[in-house]
Amino acid sequence: MPHVVTGNCSDCRFTDCVLVCPVACFHGDDQRMYIDPIACVDCAACVPACPVHAINEVADLSEDQIMWVEINAERSNSTPVIRSKQTPLAGAEERRAALGYS
Amino acid sequence: MNNIGTANNPLRVAIVGSGPSGFYAAEALLQSEHTTEVDILERLPVPYGLVRYGVAPDHPRLKDVADTYAAIARHPRFSFIGNVSFGTDFTLKELADCYHAVIFATGAATDRKLGIAGEDLQGSHAATSFVGWYNGHPDYRDLEFDLSGESAVIIGQGNVAIDVCRILAKSTDELRKTDIATHALDALAESRIREIHLIGRRGPVQARFTTKELRELGQLSECDPFVDPDDLLLSETCKSELSDVREPSRPRNFEIFRTFASRRQEKPKCCRVHFFLSPREARGGHRLEELVLERTRLVGAAGRQEAIGTGKTVLIKTGLMIRSVGYSGLPLEGVPFDEKLGTVPNKDGRATMTSSNGLPVYVTGWIKRGPTGLIGTNRADSMATVATLLADLPNFSPHHKPGRQASVSLLAQRSVRSVSFHDWEMIDQAERARGLPLGKPREKFTRISEMLAASGA
Repeated sequence: MPHVVTGNCSDCRFTDCVLVCPVACFHGDDQRMYIDPIACVDCAACVPACPVHAINEVADLSEDQIMWVEINAERSNSTPVIRSKQTPLAGAEERRAALGYS
Repeated sequence: MNNIGTANNPLRVAIVGSGPSGFYAAEALLQSEHTTEVDILERLPVPYGLVRYGVAPDHPRLKDVADTYAAIARHPRFSFIGNVSFGTDFTLKELADCYHAVIFATGAATDRKLGIAGEDLQGSHAATSFVGWYNGHPDYRDLEFDLSGESAVIIGQGNVAIDVCRILAKSTDELRKTDIATHALDALAESRIREIHLIGRRGPVQARFTTKELRELGQLSECDPFVDPDDLLLSETCKSELSDVREPSRPRNFEIFRTFASRRQEKPKCCRVHFFLSPREARGGHRLEELVLERTRLVGAAGRQEAIGTGKTVLIKTGLMIRSVGYSGLPLEGVPFDEKLGTVPNKDGRATMTSSNGLPVYVTGWIKRGPTGLIGTNRADSMATVATLLADLPNFSPHHKPGRQASVSLLAQRSVRSVSFHDWEMIDQAERARGLPLGKPREKFTRISEMLAASGA
């Protein structure tokens, strides 16, 4: 079962995940990141790397997060692969603090 | 300033070791703005290190990362030089003659010991050996593991421990279609092990399993996992660790342990996940017969709890003990080494050393930071080491270095039969062809002579 980027990435997009992805399965737009479920090998290295714990294995998703499975699959199809660390979105640190992860 | 890294004077770097951290260092160098040539020197005739010899055979998806490394290897300025040993076939001084810099990515090839009496009895093994054995590593393929008893004890609660547990717990039908070495499959088919103990000295909140791996343990067709419900009664300190929002895997794992605690045995084998136990003595004549463990309790503040002995002991009768309590790198000739950490002392990947014949020395992966993290963790680590190396470029010797042309001819003069990436592709094809009639993704060659014969080198 692949991993997916969930809601916490929106408004943050720290992109620490892309540095530890062994297979370049992360795609992104100017809002957030997406995992290509076909490329993901389920190594789980990105899970602890995310400062806002946005990445989960599908089996660990709560009901209100299930929608991200389809969003990741679809959006990763039409967005470019991101391989290097990007500047986080403005307000990312504040959002991280608000989520209790600082 | 110098012109290293230009078409007239390409930056030539040797990387020793072809596991994940070596390949990610190569990738980072080849993608840099400098004109760079990268040679990976590997002790075995085959590449990929722990992806080939560490990742469990029943995790084929994870082994797909090798495709990424093969893509890096096809870069026109990359070479794989296999079957060559650092310290035996070539030295640091010789690397200095051929390359501008060297990056050691040699991993953590040896295991830590428990330091208890009886540890060297027959039947007591390192996980490194067992994993190397079932994965067909030439160094371990001739080992023998006594699987004739009914119980096995695994010391340690990390992902390697869980891999070992799964391989012992699975039926041969579950393993038959993987790339497990045939000698291991045959031995496991005769295994009489029914009860596997997975021992940790701390508690369920501190155990560092990856949730996914733990969940998998609950889904085996032949084996039920168990946890003693009493081990799940948490102290206030443990409760506060469990509710730390920065560690979301803790409550997930704890939930899985809870399901293990309420299981009833329905399957022929079982795996008992024990907490708060620390091995004290292995007993037996010349063979291991029983293990003495001491019950522990946790002391200290949340996040920094340590296990200390309570004086109460527990006995487990077993003829097989596999320890997975940490790994250590091996010292490299001419390079400083921290025995305690099992790593090369370094600053951001640059080895802390005074003299190296003018050759800048770098490290990446487990030999740099110790055996932590997952495969992908090494990508970020290698990018950091390469960033350090490239920032040092102005201080490098400005001279042209001959690179692989010189290193390969030096090896040839010594009658070292080196293996190219193309040669490896021949080995790879032959292994896949051998696997085909067995329904396996590949049947590995487990002897260096067989690999060389298949390589056409």
